[in-house]
Amino acid sequence: MKLPQVLTDRKPEIIARWFHLVVSTYPPDTAKFLLQEKDPFANPVGQALREGLEGLYEGWLKGVSEKELYPYMDRIVRLRAVQDFSPGEAVGFVLLLKEVLRQELEPEIKKGHVSWEDLEYAYSLVDKVQLLAFDVYAKCREELYEARVKEIKNRVQKLWERVNKEKPAK
Amino acid sequence: MSRISKPEELMKINYRPPKTGWMDTPVEFRRGTWLYAAKPKSLEVLGLPNPREWSPEEEDWKLPENWKEILLQGLKERLERFRSLKLFLDICVRCGACADKCHFFLGSGDPKNMPVLRAELLRSIYRRDFTTTGKILGRLVGARELTVEVVKEWYYYFYQCTECRRCSLYCPFGIDTAEITMLGRELLGLLGCYPDWTVASAANCYRIGNHVGIEPHAFRDMVEFCVDEIENITGIRVEPTFNRKGAEILFIAPSGDVFADPGIYTFMGYLMLFHEIGLDYTLSTYASEGGNFGLFTSHEVMKRLNAKMYAEAKRLGVKWILGGECGHMWRVIHQYMDTMNGPADFLEEPVSPITGTKFENAKSTKMVHICEFTADLIRHGKLNLDPSRNDHLIVTFHDSCNPSRAMGFFEEPRYILRHVCRNFYEMPENTIKENTFCCGSGAGLNADENFEMRMRGGFPRANAVRYVHQKYGVNLLACICAIDRAALPALMDYWVPGVAVAGVHELLGNALVMKGEKERTTTLRGEPLEGKGEREGEMEPGRNDA
Repeated sequence: MKLPQVLTDRKPEIIARWFHLVVSTYPPDTAKFLLQEKDPFANPVGQALREGLEGLYEGWLKGVSEKELYPYMDRIVRLRAVQDFSPGEAVGFVLLLKEVLRQELEPEIKKGHVSWEDLEYAYSLVDKVQLLAFDVYAKCREELYEARVKEIKNRVQKLWERVNKEKPAK
Repeated sequence: MSRISKPEELMKINYRPPKTGWMDTPVEFRRGTWLYAAKPKSLEVLGLPNPREWSPEEEDWKLPENWKEILLQGLKERLERFRSLKLFLDICVRCGACADKCHFFLGSGDPKNMPVLRAELLRSIYRRDFTTTGKILGRLVGARELTVEVVKEWYYYFYQCTECRRCSLYCPFGIDTAEITMLGRELLGLLGCYPDWTVASAANCYRIGNHVGIEPHAFRDMVEFCVDEIENITGIRVEPTFNRKGAEILFIAPSGDVFADPGIYTFMGYLMLFHEIGLDYTLSTYASEGGNFGLFTSHEVMKRLNAKMYAEAKRLGVKWILGGECGHMWRVIHQYMDTMNGPADFLEEPVSPITGTKFENAKSTKMVHICEFTADLIRHGKLNLDPSRNDHLIVTFHDSCNPSRAMGFFEEPRYILRHVCRNFYEMPENTIKENTFCCGSGAGLNADENFEMRMRGGFPRANAVRYVHQKYGVNLLACICAIDRAALPALMDYWVPGVAVAGVHELLGNALVMKGEKERTTTLRGEPLEGKGEREGEMEPGRNDA
């Protein structure tokens, strides 16, 4: 099976709508800002989401490996992993793509260009990407804890070195 | 065909406005996003009220019976005492220019971190109890009642502001949210609601001399350790003195530079520099802390801690004070010290003994920043530098909030960097100099228990570093703040692995060609120099390991 051509033809619109849905997971005041501000450094979260979603969608269309999708997934999940989201909310943005796909394909299905099976197939491919999001989330949380432990160790590292150092006989 | 459930339903996305407005949305104290409560002992040492065991996670914060009265009275006193507070609370027109400028808002996506809303947390109480329209019209004019939930909210949000003042840059009225945060924290302090990290450090500084709580003999020992390391690397034994009466200059560095990694390499840089130019200086085991966590506690504590510097300068009979690469230290000195602990009429207007330069900007405080001092030395050609020793480093500079935005210090550190390294790249314009993004761990937030919160706050800065890391291969983030040196390594570990953190004087130490030194084979960190030994692959300069 193959993904319907319309999903490639309408790539910019699909990515934009997915972006819009992901941004809506933030509080309304924040979402407004994320959509409006275009400067990548004045709006780092918006930029990270844009880059990540674009890369994910393009890779997903082409059927690339998880390894190739990883950096784009990391761009988004690393951020959501430390924001005010539950783990489900943090990774669940992937599922929002299903909503966008449904919106795109339903009219095509009604016209008979595309079948329900095609939509199901597309959904199953999204599921695979969803699983990758979990893996990335777990890795990010591990790195977060490791970084914290390292910082604590660093605080006393130099003191240990000093204590353990041999002093020359006087 | 069964109905395919909509993802928004799973995700609970609500396109309609939230059911509860900001005033009614209570705070959830999730682990990783707040600071532990101060232990009773720390409060007792400083004579602060209501010492007791408590935790923000618990329902009952064990506030005094008359907590509401205390708070309102405290607010009333501060409104009368500080014209700025009254002005800031009255004058905001909610234009929103500040809203998207705060690094905590950008990183967390939490609207209450918009500076305008952060100030509203306090302003809404002010309006209700101190303005006539507020008393009559209540919610209609944004007034609300002071409840225990509000107190909890203040604790959560006033310790999510690093007092970096980026917001005030954009405010058409110049409202300084940092001052609102400071006073908000003071009000919480009246109830004894302080985080441990700030108050324990302030208590240590008060009782022992520095935030870390290292006693004079141990302080001296750590400095000897630095001296040993310098000797290993350069073959020269530098000789710092302690508490020496009659020295020309008293040098005060942040304690983080004496004990922690990577600050300690910056400290080595200072010692090497002073030795090389033959500076007549002394360290002090009494005034062993440049920093001042009193700034993050209250006016009174800030004043008490800062008094040490002038007291010691007077006792030792020095001419003026040279200060190290510390961030908030310079905010205190530049903005408060003069009227707070001054005038320092027992000190002289600083003149560099090496170049003769008069530091007229320090005429009143009698304190000079080491970057000014060193930049002046380089300008007069007094230092022999070999920047090729830093060739393995591709450097960018992080403007630390307090020296740059608060003190106006942009060029001197860059001047030094351009002379000690050959690969230097700036981060994007709107993230540096007066627009600099805070590290996310300032103002006493750099504890490890709120690590997640710090990662949020530091994201805008890290994002800019990531950009230059990817574009130019930047592997070193230089800065002139000890809290930055303590906090940025972790930030880089999470967001931009491969970028190390260093003070400007560490790089200077690497590049400094000292009279009578042996051939250098390593950097101050013990990493082999180019062509002098085996390198363990490209990651070497980027490691933040001790």
